[in-house]
Amino acid sequence: MSATSVAAAGQYDYDIIKKFSVMAIVWAVVGMFAGVYIASELAWPFLNFDSPYLSFGRFRPVHTGAVIFGFGGSALFATSYYVVQRTCQTRLFAPGLATFTFWGWQAVIVLAALSYVTGYTQGREYAEMEWPIDLLILFVWLAYMAVFIGTLMQRKQPHIYVANWFYLSFILVTALLHVFNNLAVPVDLFSLKSYSLFSGAQDAMTQWWYGHNAVGFFLTSAFLGMMYYFVPKHAGRPVYSYRLSIVHFWALSFMYMWVGTHHLHWTALPDWASTLGATFSIMLLLPSWGGMINGIMTLSGAWDKLRTDPIMRFMIVALSFYGMSTFEGPLMSLKDVNALSHYTDWTVGHVHSGALGWVAMIAFGSLYHMIPRLWNTQMYSVRLINAHFWLATIGVLLYITAMWISGISQGLMWRAFDDFGNLQYSFVESVAAMHPFYAMRAIGGMFFLTGMLLMAYNVTMTIRQGVRAAEATGAPAAAAA
Amino acid sequence: MDWFAHPENTKPLGLLIFFITFCLIVLWVYGNGKRGQKLEEHKNIPFLDDDDEMKDKSNG
Repeated sequence: MSATSVAAAGQYDYDIIKKFSVMAIVWAVVGMFAGVYIASELAWPFLNFDSPYLSFGRFRPVHTGAVIFGFGGSALFATSYYVVQRTCQTRLFAPGLATFTFWGWQAVIVLAALSYVTGYTQGREYAEMEWPIDLLILFVWLAYMAVFIGTLMQRKQPHIYVANWFYLSFILVTALLHVFNNLAVPVDLFSLKSYSLFSGAQDAMTQWWYGHNAVGFFLTSAFLGMMYYFVPKHAGRPVYSYRLSIVHFWALSFMYMWVGTHHLHWTALPDWASTLGATFSIMLLLPSWGGMINGIMTLSGAWDKLRTDPIMRFMIVALSFYGMSTFEGPLMSLKDVNALSHYTDWTVGHVHSGALGWVAMIAFGSLYHMIPRLWNTQMYSVRLINAHFWLATIGVLLYITAMWISGISQGLMWRAFDDFGNLQYSFVESVAAMHPFYAMRAIGGMFFLTGMLLMAYNVTMTIRQGVRAAEATGAPAAAAA
Repeated sequence: MDWFAHPENTKPLGLLIFFITFCLIVLWVYGNGKRGQKLEEHKNIPFLDDDDEMKDKSNG
């Protein structure tokens, strides 16, 4: 690494980014372990050990909270603080507030996990936290917004690079979603319980307006921000088309807000609302694929990097999964397809092709690019990155294949009739038929977790290497570490 | 003002406003070659803050 990187370490505020990067990896290990455990419980139910604390119902939000908000959230804080400083060529605004976002966010993840295993939940998907934790999230988020917007306002570069647009939309929309989805009246000031402001079909619509836009802005828009900086940066080539990235941004922003109702086909929801959700879901295919093509074509003329660079491979495979998931999503939003797929494991497989294939892989690639630069060193082992890539890829493929077979079988079994018009299969027969695929899914998860453990080891050794080198030379990386 | 109080009026109006705004954005981005060239120059921003990585403009 050249001397300019050492200068960059002094020019920018890296300390907060280092903290978030380390916690992203810690939460990934914790969250993916919880995921493998609950997947194993479904395949081998004795793992519940008759304990309510280990039951699937309590552990499932521990898994989703740790991977989405712990791993994904920490990776987004880290990369957004990195990208906004480097593309605006300025230091973070209000570093004290940025430190608050770190401790506040970690407290949210820990408190949420503790509340779930002890049985406290709002029962709102991906928003299970009870009201005091929701308030803490709000304060942390407002601080995050202040730091990000403040940094943009003190930029030395006149133009705001497109990656920051995606990050900013994620911050603004998440604030909006969080507030409206969690509007509730506490039972008592000293009680964790509260009642939602919404009920019935309105409540369902609010929850899925939140749920799908959390996917759209937390797990898509923000990670596209990551993609628009780290793919060109790692490839050493500018993004394929900047104009396409602008249209990509605005098309996603205009369309995503409307699609949540596709989660509520064939329910008490008005038919027009459900049709509207499906229509916008189909239209979303265009910007999603435009963005994917823009990312992949950035490598145009340098495809050989895919053979030699496992970090680049992570990024391009992530984009491929983004393309695949954003094709599968609109397909599943069609009412006739949804009649088969809804409430089955196909949905679980779809979510994980997006979450593992797109979100986790682009985050791995970006963290592998960023971490050595933060500690002013090189990755400890490229071979371990390569091993991680293959373990992760095999893991995702096993997972989604198992869930496709399982989900489609479930859907077909549930609606099969015999000659007399009776249901052909009982529910428990469909559960028994799923067993081999649940085992296959758990094994896929184990592959993915093993890769994650390799990454944790590789990153630990990289950091130790960077700290030792900095101590030896007295460079700023050591002080910041 | 009463006209705005009816969702059957404001919903299509909202749709029209959003649709026209989006068309204008696309027109603004692709409608002028000179502006397009200027916009494309912003793609190099990630490479401006350090010179340890080679700038490659082969994508445009």
